[in-house]
Amino acid sequence: MSMAAAIVNLNHPAHTVDWGFIHLSVANVVVIGLMFVVFFAAILLPFPGAAERAAARRGGGAS
Amino acid sequence: MSAPPTNPSKSWTVKVREKGVEALPPERLLPDGQPTYVASWIYVFGVASIASLIVIIGSGCILALKGPAWWHFTGVGHFFNSIHMWSVELFFFAMVVHLWGKYWMASWRGGRGRVWVTGAITFLVAVPAALTGYVSQQNFDAQWISTQAKDGLNSVGVGAFFNVTNFGQMYSYHILLLPIAVVGLVSAHVLLVRRNGVVPPFEIDTKKAAIAATSPDRGGPPPPPPSTATGAQS
Repeated sequence: MSMAAAIVNLNHPAHTVDWGFIHLSVANVVVIGLMFVVFFAAILLPFPGAAERAAARRGGGAS
Repeated sequence: MSAPPTNPSKSWTVKVREKGVEALPPERLLPDGQPTYVASWIYVFGVASIASLIVIIGSGCILALKGPAWWHFTGVGHFFNSIHMWSVELFFFAMVVHLWGKYWMASWRGGRGRVWVTGAITFLVAVPAALTGYVSQQNFDAQWISTQAKDGLNSVGVGAFFNVTNFGQMYSYHILLLPIAVVGLVSAHVLLVRRNGVVPPFEIDTKKAAIAATSPDRGGPPPPPPSTATGAQS
């Protein structure tokens, strides 16, 4: 059977980021960047229902 | 109704049960809820790692049943191979964010050292679990990775008994030994979290320390009622 072609052209050497002894593929740099974005978003974004739960707790009610 | 026995049982099953219930009472093993501070996105990534691991194990079982060459010549095999690979990507993604979050929370606080250590070791064991998968692909990618990795492993002296160019050995590591280790460590990690509770924010720890410093034992006021304690259920 024939395999579907890749949606991007992969027929070339990988693009890399080089900084001193650090040698990373661009794909890995993108993933690491995404992990940082998700990490800070997880800290900063409010969790659905968290404020209501905290208010219910302060009011002595159980949710 | 008979009276309870006065002599302690010598049965090992009874001893194991009693120790187990003592360490993890049912209401602690499967609690009704979690403290309100757990309602935060940063607490989501541990369970996201477990969800990814379940997909990894499930897709891996299907691939193991069909054999290591199946995904090369069937569309369904290719599909399950992709599910397996992308769930591994998600597993590491979620695990790293979970690790960062717990590191900056100093989640080893309050006697949770073993929770932290089992999590860290899980990460370390998951790395060779993934590597052995990459070298078990039976394609040029696997050849490239294994011939690069062998030099690194030989340089630290482990190449003689962990030979990445030996497909049979790597496949055994990948589908049996390392998954057992990862699942066992994750299980221990989750049970320890249940036993010790989710680590609270620093502010709550500071308040608890202040309350403890003014406790009746030290001549201070009595502790607050349970409704204001940190373990309030959401």
